[in-house]
Amino acid sequence: MKKFSWRGLSIIIFICVTAFYLAPLAIPNLPEWWAKNKLKLGLDLKGGMQILLEVDTSELSVADARGAVDQNIKIIRERIDQFGVAEPSIQKLGENRIMVQLPGVSDYQAAENLIKQTAMLEFKIVAQPEEAKRVLDTIDANINANLSFFPALEALDKQDKAILADTLASADSLGNPAGSGVFSSLIRPGEMDYEVQWDNVDIIQQLLADSLFQRAVPAGWQISLDRANTETTRADRALHVLSSAVELSGADLSKAKVEYGSSTSTDPRIANKPYISIEMKREGARKFEQVTADNVGKRLAIVLDGIVYSAPNIQERIAGGRAQITGRFTSSEANELAIVLNTGNLIAPITPASTSIIGATLGADSIRSGSTAGIIGLVIVMFFMLIYYKVGGLVSDFALVFNVGFILAMLTAFGATLTLPGIAGIILTIGMAVDANVLVFERIREELDAGKTPRSACDAGYKRATITVWDANVTTLIAAIVLYQFGTGPIRGFAVTLAIGIIGSMFCALVFVRSIFDTFIITGTKKTLSI
Amino acid sequence: MRLMQNTNINFVGMRKGAYVISGILILAAIIGLAVRGLNWSIDFTSGVAAKVDLKALDTSVAPIQIDELRTVLKNNGFPEAEIQHVGIVDDATFMIKIKSAESKDEVSGDTKTAIIEIIKTNFPKHIEGRDMNRDVIEEIYEVGPKVGGELRTDAILAVVISLILMIIYIWFRFELTFGLMAIAALAHDVIIIIGVFALTGKEITIQIIAALLTIVGYSINDTIVIFDRVREDLKIRRKDPVEQVFNYSINETLSRTVITSGTTLITALALYFFGGTVLHDFALAISLGVIIGTYSSIFVASNLVVDLTHATHKEKQAMQHLTKRK
Repeated sequence: MKKFSWRGLSIIIFICVTAFYLAPLAIPNLPEWWAKNKLKLGLDLKGGMQILLEVDTSELSVADARGAVDQNIKIIRERIDQFGVAEPSIQKLGENRIMVQLPGVSDYQAAENLIKQTAMLEFKIVAQPEEAKRVLDTIDANINANLSFFPALEALDKQDKAILADTLASADSLGNPAGSGVFSSLIRPGEMDYEVQWDNVDIIQQLLADSLFQRAVPAGWQISLDRANTETTRADRALHVLSSAVELSGADLSKAKVEYGSSTSTDPRIANKPYISIEMKREGARKFEQVTADNVGKRLAIVLDGIVYSAPNIQERIAGGRAQITGRFTSSEANELAIVLNTGNLIAPITPASTSIIGATLGADSIRSGSTAGIIGLVIVMFFMLIYYKVGGLVSDFALVFNVGFILAMLTAFGATLTLPGIAGIILTIGMAVDANVLVFERIREELDAGKTPRSACDAGYKRATITVWDANVTTLIAAIVLYQFGTGPIRGFAVTLAIGIIGSMFCALVFVRSIFDTFIITGTKKTLSI
Repeated sequence: MRLMQNTNINFVGMRKGAYVISGILILAAIIGLAVRGLNWSIDFTSGVAAKVDLKALDTSVAPIQIDELRTVLKNNGFPEAEIQHVGIVDDATFMIKIKSAESKDEVSGDTKTAIIEIIKTNFPKHIEGRDMNRDVIEEIYEVGPKVGGELRTDAILAVVISLILMIIYIWFRFELTFGLMAIAALAHDVIIIIGVFALTGKEITIQIIAALLTIVGYSINDTIVIFDRVREDLKIRRKDPVEQVFNYSINETLSRTVITSGTTLITALALYFFGGTVLHDFALAISLGVIIGTYSSIFVASNLVVDLTHATHKEKQAMQHLTKRK
């Protein structure tokens, strides 16, 4: 019996590890603990979306900013989990960036909205008609006194006066305006509260966002629009005057879920449509009961992000802490909104810095063409090595196939993903991996030419070529490491495969192939070596 | 079977010719860079790129012509869109690129949504029966200006850092002259390949940067194998002049250089011809890199070392200088 050898042990470990991680790819019915170690495919092969988000912490204090990115990641993760994406990846990138990868997601708009969306839920009491009238009058008076601060309104005012002077007619051209001031001339009394004609919606929206306008609104009140009709841009919108006191907020919420109104429902906003039913926490339910009791006969507006979703009449005191948010939702909108309400708001605002979406079709094509190229390259290289180095070539071909398996196994072991550039990396490795063997074989040939016996030629060849193999591979390894540091996503995949390929090919050439030579080919006193 | 057995080619003697060829190539590359500049992809500039497959399921629908698509996009507010065919014309797969101008700060986040809407409304027959997100849109990228600019700096930095690290490694393993000349040869390879991309107007994508770094790693590999042999031969052949030793070493390693370059080139070409459109330019850069890298290892790197040792030392000192380590 031969004595124990480290080389033999390392080869056995090498083979076992490779077989362990490759098995899930080839054998379908493995036990769960084993099968879960399966090679993951990158987004570019599987299809899906990737968003790089930039977190804006400039508004937060230094202490808050530190945790904000991690908090955001937590919230985004919860949202995505509820959205139902298999194997999402959400990582912090640098100081204030978040990389979100969602494999297999094809409705990317919904996913992007879900991640970005905020949902500030508030319940507010709607002003009584006479109160609303007073608020609008005050706004008109305040704006009239400071008309030069509102260039858009000033221009409009001039136009109105010109029309008046021209025709002496009343402001009939604008329908039946709510008042004589320049602001209230943009709106008219509606079915409920007020209405804004569709071509005036833009100017009203700009005003509402203007902090100067906010100062013209008397304290304790606010002006809000209702939800836009998503089907057409030419829809009029309702405008509400609300008390600015927040009666209940998202913090009082315990759970939101999507429900569908029955088709027999008499309420047209619910019939056959999705709506969101919310349940309040105990404290919230108590507050809700109190508010409804105090305001019977008034209307309660449900406001999300400053937009009024509905403003139902309070007919009686409501106990139990349940309410509904209705408002022409599509079912995916309702779904997203419920998720956002449940997970709470992001700590700091985020903006997408880059987005990429890859269709599943392209991914499948890439795998197919990548494998074709790989197999063609592999076959030609193997064929060449066999012809050129005969038995030596056969051994190195064996090692080459093994090396490809090793790369895939190591990618699995590290939990790395195989990307398209990764496949390119493997294919290139096939070409480059033979290099170590070529260096050794050429050296052995030289030694044989110098008249040495196969055994000593082999020893001398390996001894001399080893230094060169190291020097040559370390530099490629340096390039791979730099690439890893620089790259993200697919490029990292390339760098990782390149690095694993280099390590694998060195092991194969210097340990694996050599062992086969020593053990099987150069046996006894054989005089020739097929190389 | 053997190729290149016992060759005795006077590579060092051919160095003047090699310098002239390299000089012309580098000059052409620099002129290309100066005149045409580099076509950075939107990964590095910011903008939107979308690859759409507009081949109708219904074969009676006439395939979309590139001008048709261009006109539609132009009429809908994207006059600056660049449109290219991907693959064969009958496939009707298009790459639409809208780069944001350098001066403009933001690409609107809605640009990609807008493009999809335009396609949906203008070519309903061509997308009929297929899922928009799954089958029609093959991919869409949107890159914001901040990320794009950073990436460009990072890419240039990555190439420069890898070159510096390699100088250090070779300096440590061989000698500073060898290190510097190996890097000169590498810079030669990188400049020529970038020049080819500048002259042909091909895009510099992230994948091309990866290809450049791979070439850097690969080409130095070739050079080191030759240097290794030179170091060994200088010790054995102390009496021979430096030129002869270099020639001898290059010839000894020639069959290895040719075989390894050959197998790598075979795989790179397999990738080029069978690897699909996404990897086309990547495979092209690698193939070019292998050819130029092999050429520069044989004709440029070692010859520069010979010339530099001649220029700075006398012959005998040069020998000691080169063999002082190990």
